[in-house]
Amino acid sequence: MFNALRTGRPLAAIGFWLLPAVFLALAWAPAEARVFDPETFTLDNGLQVVVVTNRRAPIVTHMVWYKVGAADEASGESGNAHFLEHLMFKGTKTLGPGEFSRIIAQNGGRENAFTGQDYTAFYQTVARDRLDIVMKYEADRMANLVLSDDEVLTERDVVLEERRSRVDNSPGALLGEAINAALYLNHPYRLPVIGWAHEIRQLNTETATAFYRKWYAPNNAVVIIAGDISAAEVRPLAERYYGAVAAHPVPKRARIAEPPQHAERRVTLKSARVRQPSLSIVYLAPGYNSPDGARAYALQVLDKIMGGGATSRLYRGLVVERSLAASAGSGYDATVVDGSEFSFHVSPRPGVEIDRVEAALRTEIADLLDGGVSAEEVAAAKRRLVAQAIYARDSLSTAPNVLGRALATGRTVADVEAWPERIAAVTVAEVNAAARAVLRAEHSVTGALLSKPTS
Amino acid sequence: MRMRFLFVLLAVQVAVLLGAGNARAVQVERVVSPGGIEAWLIEDHTNPIISLDLAFRGGAALDPAGKAGLANMVSGLIDEGAGGLESQAFQGRLEDLSIRLRFSAGRDVFNGELRTLSENRAAAFDLLRLALTQPRFDAEPVERIRAQILAGLARRAENPNSIAARTLRRILFPNHPYGQPVEGTPESVESVTVADLGRFVAARFGRDTLIIGVVGDITPDALGQLLDKTFLDLPARAGAFEVAAARPSGAGRLVIVEKDVPQSVVLFGQEGILRDDPDYYAAYVVNYILGGGGFSSRLYKEVREKRGLAYSVYSYLQPMDHGALVVGGVATQNGRVARALELIRAEWARMGEAGPSATELDDAKRYLTGSFPLRFSSSGRISGMLVGMQLEHLGIDYLDRRNALIETVDLDTARRVARRLYDADKLAVVVVGHPDGLAASDPTPKPNG
Repeated sequence: MFNALRTGRPLAAIGFWLLPAVFLALAWAPAEARVFDPETFTLDNGLQVVVVTNRRAPIVTHMVWYKVGAADEASGESGNAHFLEHLMFKGTKTLGPGEFSRIIAQNGGRENAFTGQDYTAFYQTVARDRLDIVMKYEADRMANLVLSDDEVLTERDVVLEERRSRVDNSPGALLGEAINAALYLNHPYRLPVIGWAHEIRQLNTETATAFYRKWYAPNNAVVIIAGDISAAEVRPLAERYYGAVAAHPVPKRARIAEPPQHAERRVTLKSARVRQPSLSIVYLAPGYNSPDGARAYALQVLDKIMGGGATSRLYRGLVVERSLAASAGSGYDATVVDGSEFSFHVSPRPGVEIDRVEAALRTEIADLLDGGVSAEEVAAAKRRLVAQAIYARDSLSTAPNVLGRALATGRTVADVEAWPERIAAVTVAEVNAAARAVLRAEHSVTGALLSKPTS
Repeated sequence: MRMRFLFVLLAVQVAVLLGAGNARAVQVERVVSPGGIEAWLIEDHTNPIISLDLAFRGGAALDPAGKAGLANMVSGLIDEGAGGLESQAFQGRLEDLSIRLRFSAGRDVFNGELRTLSENRAAAFDLLRLALTQPRFDAEPVERIRAQILAGLARRAENPNSIAARTLRRILFPNHPYGQPVEGTPESVESVTVADLGRFVAARFGRDTLIIGVVGDITPDALGQLLDKTFLDLPARAGAFEVAAARPSGAGRLVIVEKDVPQSVVLFGQEGILRDDPDYYAAYVVNYILGGGGFSSRLYKEVREKRGLAYSVYSYLQPMDHGALVVGGVATQNGRVARALELIRAEWARMGEAGPSATELDDAKRYLTGSFPLRFSSSGRISGMLVGMQLEHLGIDYLDRRNALIETVDLDTARRVARRLYDADKLAVVVVGHPDGLAASDPTPKPNG
């Protein structure tokens, strides 16, 4: 489910956040696994602060994650969470519109923000001696946002242009919205984070302010700081700035549930603007927090085996050996509040009919369900997953993104730190059981992006 | 037995300037291996990984006529089988050892990146050696990568952003290789042969055009030995090449490519400034003010913040080896394109006429100097910078001098350079979409891919 949207700041997006964790492995069997080795403390007002020390350069990345996202919106107000994220830059009791960004820029900082189904995050990277400034102003807008209709309505136009850029101009993105809407019969994950255009047009100062008052509170947020600083150095700053923000009650996140699904679905988008067809099959799958969330680790291993690289089953089978596909892969992300998805995607080689590629993909899925995965495949996938993670430690922004996503979706620091062990513990039987449990046609949508002849 | 000498010229204790005396030294070392291969190294033993970036001078601008996309195709293929390892075996080895090896082609350079855990460095450098010196170009991977490139071209064929970029390029450089797409066209990509691929490698990979930057968990001694093992097999000299100077055409033109999309994508460009021009730093600061500075640029304020006309509006300098551009863009609904363009032209002209204000200049310099340390956020970014510094002949002490170069841009210089650079009448404009109330200056150029 790639529903997260970066805010109206198309520049300076920091880092990637698909990698679930990082692991500094000295031996293959991670007896004393450390991932980021974070330190954490919680203020009296409920704000959790996490610090990952990385002394490679005298800079820090500072992220505030609010535990609220698009899936928490009121019915009919799709896009409100993302809209509020834009509006957080528009002024507080003491700052005028745009002044926050001006101050960050004056201090040589880079910044951006993004919204997902389950979280809204704001971040800056600055020299370590400017951390107090970003904390001060981030704490300020946590409590003191002030909105005017003028600013709000102008920014609403910006969001509509953003939607046009990302979605309306893109047949693939339009199909993606249709897939989500078909995959979830009830749950708000069926709705786009950016919102439907007609609902965006109804958003206003009141909807944004109500959402802000309801959800934005220190006791509903996590601050992650990574870089040339320790928790001991952060603590007094956090107490001074964030500690001054009063807690207030925040509702429990209770999304309407998905009913059982019995019907396989298919959505097709045909457009003259599609010259390269593609197809995906998306299945409902557990996330970390689901009742069967223990399967999440096995599913990550399955994802690696099936579509995680040049020697994965799908790439090898469909792209290399049978020369049917130009690309083939899979996807799975367990870091969600509610349920997740396991997906396959293919795109045919020029000259190959997409029906043939679809059939080949379904054969691969059937073979997987019939024959299972091998011990060699599981061992190699686990090794590659855990080893790949070392690289993530290298980039300053990875730790705050990984920890932020985890904590904002109901996981703990211990969960993140334990990721390598849990991956290492996955067995062949668990992978096969997870595949059989998840890859059921009645829990799936097939989405096809096809050409339409112009004549 | 020959004595092996390793020359390590400790370059400079580079203080990364932060303002209030909070400097941390970054040491760039010039390592020259016993065999004479040079690399710039920043040792960092924090994590057990090594990041290497390399470049050969000469890229897609050298693609032969009718073979646009050759350099790009080579970049996708030299890691698909080399030496005794066929494609799946080569890729399998990379995956087993968690080595990342990627190549890419730009207009003026051919790039490579290698990322490896320290413990696998011998294997990693050896795979790099094989890719550069013994690529197999077996039939299966050649056809597979060709198909992937063609699929990519197809995917982008109707994408308004891609159409705008390709069209603008052709208008700006109608008779120069810079006007060709780096990834080629369906026709040209189909025409590339294995012989072409081999000729490219033989002609373009030489020790004399090779530039290397390394960051990470390796000492100069160890690096020197790996440099010899990896690169001495390359021919000493690459083939000579020449690319004509490129002056952009298309001044004053407005071209509309009609597409049935709700949002028009607009790209515009004019002649820019070369990287080694003494006015480059002033131009960089002025462009930041006009449209490079994200949330604080004039274009952002006028088009997005005040009027909500766009999500994205920007300008940037694009210096190339043989010519330079300053380019910008905006995307907005069809009904508001004319208005957005009008505002942008006005800002472009205003900058050219009057230049920045003192406050704007101060703010820009403060941001550009203050944010410089942020570039050191990952090994890969830094090794890439080391290559860039060498490509542009910036000097090994560039990291130390860079902020001063920005600081010395004074208001008079900024205004003179703004006047020199920004001329709204020179802009060539491409609009892809269905814009209301906008007249093209002339018919759309014939599309070719």
